[in-house]
This record gives sequence, C-alpha cells and structure tokens, in this order.
Amino acid sequence: MINSPAELEKLRQEILAKRDPGTTRISICAGAGCLATGAGKVIAAFTAAIEQQGLQSDVNIKGTGCPGFCERGPVVVIAPEDVCYLQVTPKDVPEIVSQTIQQKKVVDRLLYVDPSKNEKAVREADIPFYKNQERNIIGSNIKIDPKCIDDYLALGGYSALAKALFQMTSEQVVAEVKKSKLRGRGGGGFPTGIKWEAARNAPGDTKYVIVNADEGDPGAFMDRAVLEGNPHSILEGLIIGAYAIGAHEGYIYVRQEYPLALENVGIAIKQAEEHGFLGSNILGSGFDFNVKVHRGAGAFVCGEETALLLSLEGKPGEPRARPPYPATRGLWDKPTNINNVETWANVTLIIDKGADWFNQFGTERSKGTKIFSLVGKIKNTGLVEVPMGVTLRDIIYNIGDGIPGGKKFKAVQTGGPAGGCIPEAHLDIAVDFDELTKAGAIMGSGGMIVMDEDTCMVDVARYFLNFLSEESCGKCSPCREGVKQMHRILTNITEGRGKQGDIELLEELALSTRSASLCALGRSAPNPVLSTIRYFRDEYETHIREKRCPSYSCKGLVSYYIDPEKCGACRICPRECTSDAIIGEKNRIHVIDQAKCNKCGTCFEICPARFGAVIRLSGEPVPAPIPDEMRVVVRKRNAKREKQDA
Amino acid sequence: MREISLQIDGRDVAASEDMTILAAAQNAGISIPTVCHHENLQPFGGCRLCTVEAEAGGRTNLVAACIYPAQHDLVVRTRSEQIDKIRKVLTEQLLAHAPESEVLQNLAREYHADKDRFAKEPSFCILCGLCVRYCAEIKQKNAVGFVDRGPNREISFIPEIAATECWDCKECFPLCPTSALQAAFVLMRSLTAVRSSLTSESKKRDATNSVAQRNRHNGSPVAGDRDGALPEATMQR
Amino acid sequence: MDTERIERIIDNHRCEPGSLIQILLDIQAELHWLPKEALAMVSEKLDVPMSRIQHTATFYKAFSLVPKGRHEINICMGTACHVRGAPRVLEVVQNLIGIQPGETDAEMKFSLGTVNCLGCCALGPVMEIDAERLGKLAPATTAGLLKDYD
Repeated sequence: MINSPAELEKLRQEILAKRDPGTTRISICAGAGCLATGAGKVIAAFTAAIEQQGLQSDVNIKGTGCPGFCERGPVVVIAPEDVCYLQVTPKDVPEIVSQTIQQKKVVDRLLYVDPSKNEKAVREADIPFYKNQERNIIGSNIKIDPKCIDDYLALGGYSALAKALFQMTSEQVVAEVKKSKLRGRGGGGFPTGIKWEAARNAPGDTKYVIVNADEGDPGAFMDRAVLEGNPHSILEGLIIGAYAIGAHEGYIYVRQEYPLALENVGIAIKQAEEHGFLGSNILGSGFDFNVKVHRGAGAFVCGEETALLLSLEGKPGEPRARPPYPATRGLWDKPTNINNVETWANVTLIIDKGADWFNQFGTERSKGTKIFSLVGKIKNTGLVEVPMGVTLRDIIYNIGDGIPGGKKFKAVQTGGPAGGCIPEAHLDIAVDFDELTKAGAIMGSGGMIVMDEDTCMVDVARYFLNFLSEESCGKCSPCREGVKQMHRILTNITEGRGKQGDIELLEELALSTRSASLCALGRSAPNPVLSTIRYFRDEYETHIREKRCPSYSCKGLVSYYIDPEKCGACRICPRECTSDAIIGEKNRIHVIDQAKCNKCGTCFEICPARFGAVIRLSGEPVPAPIPDEMRVVVRKRNAKREKQDA
Repeated sequence: MREISLQIDGRDVAASEDMTILAAAQNAGISIPTVCHHENLQPFGGCRLCTVEAEAGGRTNLVAACIYPAQHDLVVRTRSEQIDKIRKVLTEQLLAHAPESEVLQNLAREYHADKDRFAKEPSFCILCGLCVRYCAEIKQKNAVGFVDRGPNREISFIPEIAATECWDCKECFPLCPTSALQAAFVLMRSLTAVRSSLTSESKKRDATNSVAQRNRHNGSPVAGDRDGALPEATMQR
Repeated sequence: MDTERIERIIDNHRCEPGSLIQILLDIQAELHWLPKEALAMVSEKLDVPMSRIQHTATFYKAFSLVPKGRHEINICMGTACHVRGAPRVLEVVQNLIGIQPGETDAEMKFSLGTVNCLGCCALGPVMEIDAERLGKLAPATTAGLLKDYD
C-alpha cells in the first residue's frame, strides 16, 4: 500500500533499479489479434528456448499489449536494440535465440522490407508503418505486460494521478482538460472539459464516472488494444476524472466480446487496489474512489451513453431522451460523466505532460492525436495513431502502404455505421472532426475501412443497414421501421429487384429516420446510404436499370463462366468448387452448371493465370454451355506442363 | 413551480417549468397528434408522431413534444412542410402493420398518407407500448412486456401472470390503437390451454427437438411456446 | 438444472444494484443457455418482474433461450471482415453443418451464430469456436478447421 507521492516515487526507483536497460528483453505482442494468429505458441517457444539455453536470468520475456502492426503479427521486439521481427512463428524461435539473443546478429528474413526502397528496417522505429505515426498512446503498449503493474510504474505510471491529487485542485484539473480542448474520442467529439464541468457543477453528492469500452463499431478495435494492452493508463485517467468531478464510484463498461480486455482490466484493478491507487484515501490524499467492471451483453446500441446507463442498471439498452443529459441526471438519476477509453487515455497524458504539450498536436479545432483502425483492402492493416490534421492519403498510402493486389482504391469508410464513404477525390482532406463531417462522413470512434474496385458501394450501404436493423433497440418507429424499409430496398437493389424511384424513396426515408429518431443510432442510420448515393449514385443506377453490379460483388447479379477458348482442362476448379457445380474431366473443357453454382468466386480466383479462363458476367446473359462433343481441349501447350497441373 | 412563457405556432403560451411541450400545447388548446401518449402514463417518446420544431438560441431541433421540456422563450412549430412529411411517412410505416386502425386512418387523412405505400407486415401491433406501460405503471402486474429488439420487437404476455390476472382485468384493451392486444391475449390464452394439456409431451419434445427452435415469431419467446406445439392460429378478432 | 449453481451465481451479485445482466451472463456462461426456470429464480430473488427479465434476456444477443450445442461457432460479420469475404466463410460453414445462424444442429454438436465484431479486424475474416479465435480464414480452408471438434 502506497501512502504518499514520495512513497510512489521510491517504489518506482526501486523497480527501475532492478531493471538494467542493457538487459535483453523479448517483447511479443499478446493482444487478441496476435494471439489469434499464434502468438501464444511463440511466447511458449521463446520461454522453452531460453530455458534450454540456460539464459533465464539474463533474458526477460513478456507478452505485451498490441503495438498495432496487426497485418504482420505475431510481432516481436527485442530490446535494447529494439530489433523488430514480424510474422514470427514458433519455428523461427530457435534461430532468433541463437542469432539475435546470443550473437547479436539479425535474422534478415523476419525484418520489414520497405517495398519502394527495397530496404530492410531493423529497428521498430525505422519501420515506415510506425515512423509515420505519432504514437503518444499506443507507443507504450509494446513496453508493457498488461498483467504487470511494475511495467506501468517503470514508465512513470500514476505520477499524473499523484500530481492531480497533490499539486492541483479539482477545479484546476477540469481547467487543464478544458484548456487542452480535448474532444471525445468515442464518436461524439464533444469537448471533454465542458462535459466534466457540467457534471462537476451538477448538484448532488453522489456522482459517477464511467469508461465506455463498448466499442461497437464493426471494424474498430482501438479501445480493445488500449484497454487490453495498457489498462492502468485508463484507470489512472478515470481516477483523475473522478477527483475532478467529485465522484467516488466508477464503472468500466466492457463489451463481453472482449474477454482478454475484461481479464486484463480485472487484474489491473486488483493490482491498483493492492497498491492503494484505488480504494480509500488514495496515496494518502483523503480521496476515495472505487471502480467496478460491468460486461455488456451484445448490443451495439449500448455504446450510446443513455443506453449504456440503462444497461448498467440491469435493463434493456433503450436510449432515452436528452435533455436531461447524463451530466445532470445519469446513472440512477445521479450526475454522471461517461467518456470513451481513448478519451480517458488522453486525460492521463494531458495531466502528466500538460495541456500545452497536448495542443502542439492536431488542428485548431481538433487537438491531439487519434488512433484509427486501418482495415479492409489495405496492405498494412492495424492500428494507426496520428495527429489530427494529417490527410487520408497520408494514412492510407504512407502508413497503410496502399491497396494490395494491384487493385485500385475506391473509397474509405470512416465512422462506422453512423459514418460515410469518402472517394478518391477527397483523399487530401485533413482528418479532423469538422473536415470529415463536411465530406459527408464522421470521425466516429476511429474505424477506417478501405475499399477497392471489387467492393460494391450499394452492398456497403446494405451491409450497414443490415447491421443497424439488427442493432436498433426498436423503441421508436422512425428507426425501427425506417431502417427496416431502407434495408429492404437496398437488399432488393443488390439482388436485382431494384426499381425506378428506389433512390428517391431511400432519400425520403432518410429524412424521417434522421429527423424523428429518438437517438443517434437512428439519426445517423441514413448516413451510409446518403454518402454512397452522394458519391456513387451511378452504381445505384447501374444496379437498378441494368441489373448489373460493376464490382461483380452482388452474388445475385453475377455469373461465372468458363471461356471454352481459354480453358486448359487443368481440373483445379472442379476440385475446389464449393458446390460441385463444375463438370470437368481430363482433356475436356470444364463447364459450370449455372443451376448449382453458388457464386462463391473460388474458380475465378484459382484458375491459373496463364489460362485466365473464368470470367465474371453481370448484367448480361450467360452464354449457353458448348455442346458435349465440342468440349475437347485444343492442345497448344506441351504435355509436361499439364502433368504439373493435374 | 416557476411560470414560463413559450411560443407555439405564433401564440404566446403560459406554462409551468415541469411541463412538456405537449402538455403546454394541450393546455392552450393546440393539438399535436400522438399515438403512444396517455395522460395517466409516463411519456414514452416511441411513436414520434408528436415531432415538432423547437427553436432556442438560434438553433432549431426536431423533438418529441411529449417528452421535451417546455422552456422559457422556446419557439415551437407544430406544423411545417418538414414535420408534415415526417408524420406522413411515419403513418405510412405504421399502416403497413395495422391498416384498419382508426387512429392511424385519421392520421392518414390529415397527412395524406397512403396506407398501401409499404408492403404489409403481418403483425398488427405498432409497439406503442400502451398496454405494457399501463400494466406496469397503473396495475403494477407486469403481465405483458416487450421482447427482442429492432424490427423483431414484439409484445409478449407472461403466461403465468396473464392466466390469473388478465381475464378479469382487460383494462389495457381499450387503450390499444389497433385492437391487436385483444387478439394477442386471446391467442395467448388458447396457447396456455393447449400447453397445459400437452405438458408431458412438450417436456419430451424439448429435450430432443433441438434443430432451429425458432418459432414463427423469429425466435422471440412468445407466450411460452417453445415446444413447437403451436396451433397455426392467425390473429383472430 | 442445478438450482444450487444458479443460487450461488445470484448470491454473488445480489447486493449490487443493476446486476441483472451480469447474473444472466454468468448463468449463460455456466449452462450455455437461460432455462425458463433459471429466469423464474432470478425474478423471484431479485424481485424484478418477469416481463423485464424476458425483455432483457431477448434484447441482448449474448443470451440464448434455447439450449446450445457443445461447441459454439461465431463468425464475425463486422465491416472489415465483411469486406474481406466473411459472408463466404459463413456460407461454407452453413453448408458444412447444415444450419443457419441462430440454430443448433440435431446432434447438439454445433451452434452457429454471427457476431458484429470481435475486435480482431486486421485479421478478417475471423471465426470464434468456443473461446478460441481463428483469423485470416479462407472459404477453402474453413471446412478443415471444424473437423477436430466432437
């Protein structure tokens, strides 16, 4: 139990004294993503290998928080040189141990290669993916084992809390957050300091602070990485916020789809309690604060603050009208301040380094950095932290390294189901709250989904409306009915049943849904439709008028056909066909039985490039199959190559 | 309670601070359409037919009059091109569920709504919640509640409570704007009668019948009918 | 149904206001579904009307009111996974097991569901079987992953 800031510093020095910066430390990302691609086995392999070499006392191994380069995980960083290896498998471990750990040599093939310069990056900091970011928050993850509070303390953890409790009044803490101009990172973008002030000024002795870790936007996982990877940073921010507002109880609402985050935050709370950062008389300041974890139960709408509050009260998450706002009447009708995970992480940094430090990043009206989850059709998928104001092009090309497979960029979707799609023409807009809104999208919580020429934008709108119809609480008719109707129309369009007037009907439904819905889910539901109509209206019209999907994506509008002139009778596609729809024997041109074909596209993908015989058709009739007697393959190639295929 | 003054449709209206826009309007004899509102129940804000324009501090928002608090100097418009369009679409959407409802047909006349605009839905219930709220707030029996969410949302009776309470009560029936409540109750009652006679059969079936235990209401637990032994009843009235 | 286990779960949380959802989550984790008898016990012990419990149990998709199979398969249908082909993975699994999302097969071996984002978005498509998460799926290899489960 630590009873004063001085004791905290003493403990910190003790921890640091035991850590020789020259010691070899192997950090392996143990976030949910890397674990799903085998990081657990890599950690076990390192542990076994180090033990086998008798190096346990000299080498430190830890599973850490997610550093964000998810495309190339499992990620391993070896300190003190900070050599970074990517896509490490257990088979690579013995070589790493003998080459890098024991002989300080680099294993070339595991390094990042910069494709444009054909250069290898040895150190983590040299990898362009990381270099072009400003990793104020997520940069700490690779240095921390989230299950070990000492790692957090070694980096200076909880010194901001000590500063707030002992060097600042609660009013000064609110003032500092206001000065920082921090805006909520969950999607609303509301000035955090003003929200805090309202809760602080609300009458009443019982107040609550809450961490919103519901992160429901599909494609967004920033909060997961921060909460899983550095849970103490969130706790510290929360306790500071509680002190500022005058709350003594807090909740961390975590969606139940994040079991690792739940586990790590639970461990962190216990450790914080043991150390005296939570509980009564924190650090001897006289301030009491306790926090509990509440699990969500599978409802996107519970990311909306009033619905979250009802969920905390054990009720269905049906948003309620505002006013009154949670700051005055929130949990159990008491003044409550809810903030997103990333917002709380920024609070810790702001109190630690000051509002002036924070303001050096970002634009005039959007200060600081933002973590985005860059996913979809992009080479470097992962988490990207950049100062507000960089352009979409910077993120997608300089950090994301562009579109894989030589495909053409089509759109980037930001803001989740409440957001919109931005086409190539607007890639140079600055990423900040206001600029994105002007372009018809929103910042949202940070999901950034890249789409290429193979993505059908009508299907994207249909996808989001499908999502929203599953997640709508159903209480108010404009959302319940409007989302359903819009979804129905979009489904019809993608399945070839679009009618003249559908676009206009969608726009009309958008009006009532956006204007009359009770909460932000309904009010923003039309956004994906309206933004795709705005920038890709021609795609809608093509689907409706020509019954054609230009991206060959809508299964109901696409047919696959094997060109008899090109088919090499290699027998690969009949073997791989997922519905046994291809008739193909040796030396006989393969034919797709259209009645059985389920349009999975496998044949199109695996037909060897030198044949390129499978073609996709949309909006035109499929040629009739050639007569049986004409299905003989014309041999232009030598027999040897055929043997290789069969 | 402080007296305040706001403007509704160009008229100055006196109200008290704890009133909603709807209450202030009704007090002044200005009518705003409602479907889910009832003077003896807490405001629900579900149907959104009472949507009005409320202007304060230079900003105009569209709000539900039945729950939005009346504020001093608020400027309210209960009809406009935008509002009428919204009410028209909402009415058309609800008519798809209950084309025979008198309440909805009146609205259709006023807002020129076309009852055949949207494809018919076989559900009658427009989820106004009057029955649920009446039973919870006034009778405090909680015999009927909502289940599921989104387009799958429905009302559902709790058979054990309904079996003993509802037959002699039925006070929620006249509240229902589409008379579906009555039909739902009759259906539930007949199911309860069928279920008790099949209890031992149904227990056996529960244990073995594990494929697709979705009933015709898309998986929501309507009135204890998980055993699949449903009479193929339609909503008889 | 073991009433003692249910009682213990309820007692663990009883003193916390608003604990209904946490209790139901624990029962769901314990029994893999929410039997009506369990809900009746919760209603009685927490003094919460059954109508609210029924609404809560059907509102939140983490709960199942019908028994689930021994292995729960959830396929992520989040945006990133969708863009990378999740619907095709789902189709393969559906065809293999013979059930739709929300259903359980006749042998009570597999229950299939979809989930709107597991948070492993960089590895889409992602599938969760019991507690294990498998990323970077392709329709061709998905079938093989299910063979090891009995």
